[in-house]
Amino acid sequence: MTLHQIAFAAVAAVTLISAVFVVILPNILRAALFLVFTFLGVAGLYVLLNAEFLAAMQVLIYIGAITVLIMFGIVLTQQLMGARIRQATQVRMVVIALPVVLIAFAGLAKTFIRPFASAGEHVAAAPAPVDAGTLHQLARMLLQPYVLPFELASLILLAALVGAIVIAKEEKD
Amino acid sequence: MPEILVFLLIKLILVIVIFALWMTMVPLLIWLERKVIADIQVRLGPNRVGPFGLLQPIADAIKLIMKEDITPALVDKWVYGLAPAMLMVPAFLAIAVIPIGGVVTIGERSFALQIMGLYRGPGLFVPELDAGILLVLALSSLGVYGVVLSGWSSANKYSLLGGMRSSAQMLSYELPLGVALVGPLLLAGTLRLNGVVEAQADYGIWFIVPQLVAFAIFLMSGTAEINRSPFDLPEAEQELIGGYHTEYSSFRFAMFFMAEYVNMVTISAVAATFFLGGYRLFFNDIVWLQPVWFVLKLMAFLYLFIWVRGTLPRVRYDQLMKLGWKVFLPVALGNLLVTGLVIAFSPANTILVMSIVGALLGIATFFGLSYAIVYGLRRRRPESERRVVEPTRAGVSE
Amino acid sequence: MLVQYLPFLVLFIVAVAFAGGAMVLSRLLGPKRPSATKLEPYESGMVPIGGTRGRFPIRFYLVALLFILFDIEIIFLYPWAVIFLEAGAARVFLFFEILVFLGVITVGYVYIWRKGALDWE
Repeated sequence: MTLHQIAFAAVAAVTLISAVFVVILPNILRAALFLVFTFLGVAGLYVLLNAEFLAAMQVLIYIGAITVLIMFGIVLTQQLMGARIRQATQVRMVVIALPVVLIAFAGLAKTFIRPFASAGEHVAAAPAPVDAGTLHQLARMLLQPYVLPFELASLILLAALVGAIVIAKEEKD
Repeated sequence: MPEILVFLLIKLILVIVIFALWMTMVPLLIWLERKVIADIQVRLGPNRVGPFGLLQPIADAIKLIMKEDITPALVDKWVYGLAPAMLMVPAFLAIAVIPIGGVVTIGERSFALQIMGLYRGPGLFVPELDAGILLVLALSSLGVYGVVLSGWSSANKYSLLGGMRSSAQMLSYELPLGVALVGPLLLAGTLRLNGVVEAQADYGIWFIVPQLVAFAIFLMSGTAEINRSPFDLPEAEQELIGGYHTEYSSFRFAMFFMAEYVNMVTISAVAATFFLGGYRLFFNDIVWLQPVWFVLKLMAFLYLFIWVRGTLPRVRYDQLMKLGWKVFLPVALGNLLVTGLVIAFSPANTILVMSIVGALLGIATFFGLSYAIVYGLRRRRPESERRVVEPTRAGVSE
Repeated sequence: MLVQYLPFLVLFIVAVAFAGGAMVLSRLLGPKRPSATKLEPYESGMVPIGGTRGRFPIRFYLVALLFILFDIEIIFLYPWAVIFLEAGAARVFLFFEILVFLGVITVGYVYIWRKGALDWE
């Protein structure tokens, strides 16, 4: 196994195992904690794909912001805290669901892996990257050809800001 | 020996050296803080253990390790145990991209004095991490978990309140911190910390001049981000007992403070790198001396932090949140736009124009901020709620 | 370049070893004399009143919600900052691009300000 494969196996194991814990843990805050580790694993996968900026975004947004919001939500709703809630996901159902998921994934993999496999060889054969990372390329693409989606992102953020106020702002009495 | 092993060996030595540097700075800082604060308050400070009390932090650490580690009955034991580590480990990891010196050449190999820095050897070339400063920001955003989880798992209402407050504070100040750093990055054109240092050397000016506003915002938001005085709400004993670490004892209690001090050193290191030219002194290019300049600049910032703590009173929580969202964030964005404007429309002598504009902007912001803060303090509550207190009547109880 | 991350892994191991080692050491060295009073929640020596986990103002939630949105906005600034200097003649275009981007966000910022979401009473 190459270094890359070992790293992939480790990162994928972390991601999957913590994802399983997110689903089966009865304590909802601990489940949220494992969600953090799942997202860290996903960030690791991005690193393995040479997408450092995406990995940084994953940590900053998904872990540093969104999961924090989830935890705040849990802490703010008193009834849920510390209570051993009965998980709606039952282990029996997982046993039934697992083969179905595996078959579906096998089908997907069979469809997709072949084209990507050749692409992977291509990447491996490429010369060692020069001292300029992927960030500059990504930035150039984002800000020049894809300027419209970039600007649209600001509109989405605006809509989300308004939505946040509507949902979470208490009206003054 | 294969090249990769040489690479690993060199990096291992670098990790140990830089980690050790940080671990020396922490007790030194604790000692310095106690001495300087004592001096400001006309006391003597620690003077029993070792010469000038220098060994006091070490004695404290040993004492804390020997103390009983209490796990209160109602806590979530698992999360309670993990929380201090979740605060401390990201704090340590953030040192990975800090350059303490330039590129050193030994024989046919050259490497930067930076854990995730450049390495060039026969048959192996490893560039510096491209995401650079984003790694520091990402890791500092992980620190929020230590605070939220320790507050929640302690099963103490003051811990929980303190945890929520501190985490909301850390979130709020991450924004101006992130925006303030974009200004220097615009001038440097790279996210790599080494690149930022080299850019300042190329321009021949430290970014503190053209980015005075960003510097001020960064320093103040950084103080708030690491919960330092005057933004040290977690230690507001009058309101919260002790904040999120109320229930902790023994070394796990110490870990919260170690994390705080490590973060303080890291923030100072980032400030020195971004605004004071990092490891470079203008006329000096002897590589082996560069860590010395770096440490000196670091110490200057650490002294500033202590000085501020000894001088300013703690702000109130509502003032804190207002300051972050309503003042620092728009000011930082404004600075960013001005920098962008100058770079876009005066490509010939950007740095000269920017230095003049930046300095003027800095002075204007200083007076503007002072006015805003004083005005904000004066109008802190509506007239109707203000109670008239009878003057000079001793023993009046409210 | 995966090799880049090996030093980070080394640092991670050192940091975890330090944190874990110190915690284990204090476990081993410290005394263990639990008593009922010692294990109660600490409220400055008073007998604890009420539940240990109270309810909180929704404002904390709102702060986290707004933080997500502004965090995303700020992350979009970083790619822009990286290529701005080297863009040459395209700088003016890039500047107006970010001006529009920030302008739209500013509308939202003014909205939340006027709605009082940034006030903390």
